[in-house]
Amino acid sequence: MSEFKTIDARNTFCPGPLMELITYMKQAEVGDMLELLSTDNGTASDVPEWIDKVGHEMISSEKVGDVWHLKVRKLK
Amino acid sequence: MSQNYHIVCLSGTREKLQMAAMFASVAAATGDQVTVFFSMNALPFFIKDSQQVPAVEGQFGELMESEAGVPPFKQLFKSAAELGDAKLLPCSMALDLLQIDGDALDPELGPPTGLTRFLNDAEGGQLLTF
Repeated sequence: MSEFKTIDARNTFCPGPLMELITYMKQAEVGDMLELLSTDNGTASDVPEWIDKVGHEMISSEKVGDVWHLKVRKLK
Repeated sequence: MSQNYHIVCLSGTREKLQMAAMFASVAAATGDQVTVFFSMNALPFFIKDSQQVPAVEGQFGELMESEAGVPPFKQLFKSAAELGDAKLLPCSMALDLLQIDGDALDPELGPPTGLTRFLNDAEGGQLLTF
Protein backbone atom coordinates (compact mmCIF):
# COMPACT_ATOMS: atom_id res chain seq x y z
CA MET A 1 0.00 0.00 0.00
CA SER A 2 1.95 3.01 -1.18
CA GLU A 3 -0.61 4.79 -3.27
CA PHE A 4 -1.08 8.48 -2.72
CA LYS A 5 -4.08 10.42 -3.83
CA THR A 6 -2.70 13.59 -5.37
CA ILE A 7 -4.32 16.94 -4.70
CA ASP A 8 -3.11 19.57 -7.13
CA ALA A 9 -3.39 22.95 -5.40
CA ARG A 10 -0.62 24.64 -7.35
CA ASN A 11 -0.97 28.35 -8.08
CA THR A 12 -3.44 29.00 -5.27
CA PHE A 13 -2.57 31.10 -2.26
CA CYS A 14 -2.96 30.55 1.48
CA PRO A 15 -5.21 29.14 2.83
CA GLY A 16 -6.42 27.60 -0.46
CA PRO A 17 -4.08 24.55 -0.49
CA LEU A 18 -4.68 23.82 3.20
CA MET A 19 -8.45 23.99 2.73
CA GLU A 20 -8.17 21.67 -0.28
CA LEU A 21 -6.23 19.19 1.82
CA ILE A 22 -8.73 19.39 4.66
CA THR A 23 -11.62 18.82 2.25
CA TYR A 24 -10.00 15.64 0.93
CA MET A 25 -8.96 14.52 4.43
CA LYS A 26 -12.58 14.65 5.53
CA GLN A 27 -13.58 12.36 2.67
CA ALA A 28 -10.63 9.96 3.07
CA GLU A 29 -10.61 6.72 5.06
CA VAL A 30 -8.33 6.18 8.06
CA GLY A 31 -4.95 5.01 6.72
CA ASP A 32 -5.35 6.75 3.35
CA MET A 33 -2.35 8.71 2.11
CA LEU A 34 -2.61 12.05 0.34
CA GLU A 35 -0.04 14.12 -1.51
CA LEU A 36 -0.65 17.86 -1.72
CA LEU A 37 1.08 19.82 -4.46
CA SER A 38 1.50 23.51 -3.69
CA THR A 39 3.51 26.45 -4.97
CA ASP A 40 2.65 28.49 -1.87
CA ASN A 41 5.59 28.56 0.56
CA GLY A 42 3.39 29.38 3.56
CA THR A 43 1.50 26.15 2.96
CA ALA A 44 4.69 24.15 3.50
CA SER A 45 4.81 25.33 7.11
CA ASP A 46 1.04 25.50 7.70
CA VAL A 47 0.28 21.92 6.67
CA PRO A 48 2.65 20.27 9.20
CA GLU A 49 1.23 22.56 11.91
CA TRP A 50 -2.31 21.55 11.02
CA ILE A 51 -1.42 17.85 10.79
CA ASP A 52 0.24 18.03 14.20
CA LYS A 53 -2.65 19.86 15.85
CA VAL A 54 -5.36 17.65 14.40
CA GLY A 55 -3.45 14.41 14.96
CA HIS A 56 -2.65 12.96 11.54
CA GLU A 57 0.77 11.87 10.25
CA MET A 58 3.17 14.00 8.22
CA ILE A 59 5.02 11.51 6.02
CA SER A 60 7.29 13.89 4.12
CA SER A 61 7.72 17.41 2.84
CA GLU A 62 9.90 18.10 -0.15
CA LYS A 63 10.32 20.96 -2.60
CA VAL A 64 10.95 19.91 -6.18
CA GLY A 65 11.59 22.92 -8.37
CA ASP A 66 8.87 25.42 -7.43
CA VAL A 67 6.47 22.81 -6.13
CA TRP A 68 6.06 21.54 -2.60
CA HIS A 69 5.12 17.86 -2.29
CA LEU A 70 3.50 17.35 1.11
CA LYS A 71 2.65 13.74 1.93
CA VAL A 72 0.33 12.91 4.78
CA ARG A 73 -1.58 9.96 6.22
CA LYS A 74 -5.03 10.14 7.80
CA LEU A 75 -4.88 8.60 11.27
CA LYS A 76 -8.37 9.06 12.64
CA MET B 1 -6.55 22.64 23.01
CA SER B 2 -9.39 24.10 21.04
CA GLN B 3 -10.18 27.79 21.30
CA ASN B 4 -13.39 29.71 21.07
CA TYR B 5 -13.16 32.55 18.54
CA HIS B 6 -15.76 35.22 17.93
CA ILE B 7 -15.07 37.24 14.83
CA VAL B 8 -16.87 40.51 14.23
CA CYS B 9 -16.88 41.40 10.55
CA LEU B 10 -17.84 45.02 9.88
CA SER B 11 -15.68 46.37 7.08
CA GLY B 12 -16.70 46.08 3.45
CA THR B 13 -13.13 46.26 2.17
CA ARG B 14 -11.51 43.38 0.36
CA GLU B 15 -8.51 43.11 2.67
CA LYS B 16 -10.52 42.85 5.88
CA LEU B 17 -13.11 40.45 4.49
CA GLN B 18 -10.30 38.27 3.14
CA MET B 19 -8.36 38.21 6.41
CA ALA B 20 -11.47 37.47 8.46
CA ALA B 21 -12.39 34.64 6.08
CA MET B 22 -8.87 33.19 6.19
CA PHE B 23 -8.88 33.27 9.96
CA ALA B 24 -12.36 31.74 10.22
CA SER B 25 -11.68 28.93 7.74
CA VAL B 26 -8.33 27.86 9.16
CA ALA B 27 -9.45 28.07 12.80
CA ALA B 28 -12.70 26.20 12.17
CA ALA B 29 -11.02 23.48 10.11
CA THR B 30 -8.47 23.02 12.89
CA GLY B 31 -11.16 22.22 15.41
CA ASP B 32 -11.62 25.61 17.06
CA GLN B 33 -15.12 26.86 17.69
CA VAL B 34 -15.74 29.83 15.42
CA THR B 35 -18.62 32.26 15.31
CA VAL B 36 -18.63 35.10 12.79
CA PHE B 37 -20.96 38.04 13.31
CA PHE B 38 -21.61 40.07 10.15
CA SER B 39 -22.81 43.65 10.38
CA MET B 40 -22.45 47.09 8.79
CA ASN B 41 -20.74 47.17 5.39
CA ALA B 42 -19.69 43.50 5.56
CA LEU B 43 -23.24 42.17 5.47
CA PRO B 44 -24.52 43.15 1.98
CA PHE B 45 -22.05 40.78 0.27
CA PHE B 46 -24.04 37.88 1.73
CA ILE B 47 -27.38 38.85 0.21
CA LYS B 48 -28.38 36.06 -2.22
CA ASP B 49 -27.09 36.64 -5.75
CA SER B 50 -25.28 39.80 -4.68
CA GLN B 51 -22.94 41.01 -7.39
CA GLN B 52 -21.39 43.58 -5.09
CA VAL B 53 -17.59 43.69 -5.19
CA PRO B 54 -15.75 44.92 -2.10
CA ALA B 55 -13.74 48.10 -2.32
CA VAL B 56 -9.98 47.81 -2.28
CA GLU B 57 -8.21 49.51 0.64
CA GLY B 58 -4.66 49.51 -0.70
CA GLN B 59 -1.85 47.59 -2.31
CA PHE B 60 -2.84 44.15 -1.02
CA GLY B 61 -6.41 44.45 -2.17
CA GLU B 62 -5.11 45.25 -5.63
CA LEU B 63 -2.69 42.33 -5.53
CA MET B 64 -5.44 39.95 -4.47
CA GLU B 65 -7.69 41.15 -7.28
CA SER B 66 -4.98 40.60 -9.87
CA GLU B 67 -4.05 37.07 -8.70
CA ALA B 68 -6.46 34.37 -9.84
CA GLY B 69 -5.24 31.94 -7.18
CA VAL B 70 -6.49 33.88 -4.15
CA PRO B 71 -9.45 31.97 -2.68
CA PRO B 72 -12.60 34.15 -2.72
CA PHE B 73 -13.59 35.24 0.78
CA LYS B 74 -17.14 33.93 0.42
CA GLN B 75 -15.81 30.50 -0.46
CA LEU B 76 -13.56 30.57 2.62
CA PHE B 77 -16.45 31.50 4.92
CA LYS B 78 -18.48 28.69 3.36
CA SER B 79 -15.60 26.25 3.96
CA ALA B 80 -15.44 27.42 7.58
CA ALA B 81 -19.10 26.47 7.97
CA GLU B 82 -18.96 23.22 6.00
CA LEU B 83 -15.60 21.84 7.17
CA GLY B 84 -15.46 23.24 10.66
CA ASP B 85 -19.05 23.94 11.69
CA ALA B 86 -18.38 27.67 12.02
CA LYS B 87 -21.50 29.69 12.74
CA LEU B 88 -22.01 32.62 10.36
CA LEU B 89 -24.50 34.99 11.94
CA PRO B 90 -26.03 38.11 10.42
CA CYS B 91 -26.66 41.09 12.70
CA SER B 92 -30.39 41.59 13.20
CA MET B 93 -30.01 45.38 13.38
CA ALA B 94 -28.23 45.48 10.00
CA LEU B 95 -30.98 43.35 8.45
CA ASP B 96 -33.59 45.75 9.84
CA LEU B 97 -31.79 48.74 8.33
CA LEU B 98 -31.54 46.98 4.98
CA GLN B 99 -35.23 46.07 5.30
CA ILE B 100 -34.63 42.41 4.50
CA ASP B 101 -34.99 39.24 6.54
CA GLY B 102 -32.64 36.32 7.06
CA ASP B 103 -34.13 34.37 4.12
CA ALA B 104 -32.68 36.97 1.74
CA LEU B 105 -29.15 35.88 2.69
CA ASP B 106 -26.95 33.05 1.44
CA PRO B 107 -27.99 29.68 2.89
CA GLU B 108 -24.79 29.19 4.89
CA LEU B 109 -25.70 32.14 7.09
CA GLY B 110 -27.45 31.28 10.33
CA PRO B 111 -30.32 33.01 12.12
CA PRO B 112 -30.37 36.80 12.57
CA THR B 113 -28.66 37.50 15.86
CA GLY B 114 -28.79 40.44 18.24
CA LEU B 115 -25.86 41.88 20.12
CA THR B 116 -27.05 40.65 23.51
CA ARG B 117 -27.10 37.06 22.32
CA PHE B 118 -23.76 37.43 20.57
CA LEU B 119 -22.08 38.96 23.62
CA ASN B 120 -23.48 36.26 25.90
CA ASP B 121 -22.12 33.57 23.60
CA ALA B 122 -18.78 35.36 23.26
CA GLU B 123 -18.16 35.46 27.00
CA GLY B 124 -14.80 33.92 27.86
CA GLY B 125 -13.77 33.48 24.23
CA GLN B 126 -11.50 35.53 22.03
CA LEU B 127 -13.04 38.43 20.15
CA LEU B 128 -11.51 39.59 16.88
CA THR B 129 -12.80 42.52 14.88
CA PHE B 130 -12.26 43.14 11.18
